[in-house]
Amino acid sequence: MITIETVIRTVGGVRERELRAWIEEGWVRPERQRGVLIFREIDVARVRLIHDLRRDLAIGDEALPVVLNLLDQLYAVRRRLRAVNDAIASQPSSVRRTLRVALRPPRPRAPRKKK
Amino acid sequence: MASRNPYEVLGVKPDAEDEEIRAAYRKLAKKFHPDLNPGSKQAEAKFKELGTAYDIVGDKDKRGRFDRGEIDASGTEKPQNPYGAYRHYADADAGERYQGSGFRGAQNMSPEDLDDLFSFFGGAGRGGGQGGEGGARQFRMRGEDRHYLLNIDFLDAINGAQKRLDLPGGKSLDVRIPAGLRDGQILRLTGQGGEGLGGGPPGDALIEVHVAPHSLFRREGDDIHMDLPVTLGEAVLGGRVAVPTADGSVTMTIPANANSGRTLRLKGKGVPKPGLAGERGDQYVTLRVMLPDQPDADLTAFLKDWAPSHQYDPRSKLR
Repeated sequence: MITIETVIRTVGGVRERELRAWIEEGWVRPERQRGVLIFREIDVARVRLIHDLRRDLAIGDEALPVVLNLLDQLYAVRRRLRAVNDAIASQPSSVRRTLRVALRPPRPRAPRKKK
Repeated sequence: MASRNPYEVLGVKPDAEDEEIRAAYRKLAKKFHPDLNPGSKQAEAKFKELGTAYDIVGDKDKRGRFDRGEIDASGTEKPQNPYGAYRHYADADAGERYQGSGFRGAQNMSPEDLDDLFSFFGGAGRGGGQGGEGGARQFRMRGEDRHYLLNIDFLDAINGAQKRLDLPGGKSLDVRIPAGLRDGQILRLTGQGGEGLGGGPPGDALIEVHVAPHSLFRREGDDIHMDLPVTLGEAVLGGRVAVPTADGSVTMTIPANANSGRTLRLKGKGVPKPGLAGERGDQYVTLRVMLPDQPDADLTAFLKDWAPSHQYDPRSKLR
């Protein structure tokens, strides 16, 4: 079980007051069990990411929700794509072959090389 | 891996102002941060190189040492992040916690969702002139990660150990404790979590390890600290005494006139550094002068003679 103290200890440089404000904003969403905040590993990693974005990349608190929203969408698409990928992988090889052909990107019309 | 010159990596001149270096780092980090470029090995490698470079020249002290040739371009690796990168979680099912609005989870995807997905990507939906619905849709899903707590002894954390973790339901896991493990560190046992669905791979077991304190030793980073009781005679005359270490007992020489509170170092008797074979921190031994348990008539008689003519003031600094 990961508590807010553990998060503060593992992610150096974030103050508890700051982290509570991020939770208030919905940027980090730990669970609450009988009034105690319980973090999962993804939450800790996200705290570190937000810390990186603000400190190293100097993304301000106005722009940060936009960045997080776009990232959340990007990862949602990646997860769905993975599910589709997995679904394709479990199909018989004939189906996979058909899909591979259908998914092949259109070939750019490169100038022909001389033989 | 040979490291490139950090100034070159950041694309600045060696005499660049600190502010200029910070700006260069930010600009490149925005472009290559791996959580913003999931799946790109190139961005990951580039970002790592940037981090190492900035770690050196972004720090006044280290930059000076680098410029004077005291440290090389590889600098010091940043400590391993015990929880892994965001992208690894966000790409997995755990990422659903931060689902953007308008998307439902990848698991439990219904046929409508799939239509939605195809239209989202601009392709034809189900039955779009391709001869209708195909066979049953089988989803493979990776099993969930399971979390466990494990309490271990101080010395097992220092020296490494093999532990068995009994799980509810009669199963057990063999856990290898690496030498030098830190309190609160999480060990991942790949494939020991929940079973996958539809032939998907199993999840991992994540074991958070807690280290019990020791009655003699205290750990500070890679070093171990302890108090060592010595006799009045050993303190005044010096001598060789046996000292316990995490690695067994060693003989230490106490110099003559070693005062209470003096700290001696046993080099290389501290905590093994993870990933650096054979390298260890140090053990620091703080002397505590102990009088005999029972009053000693000879000592009392001697001091009655000695003390009046040998005044000294150990409390001079208290005033």
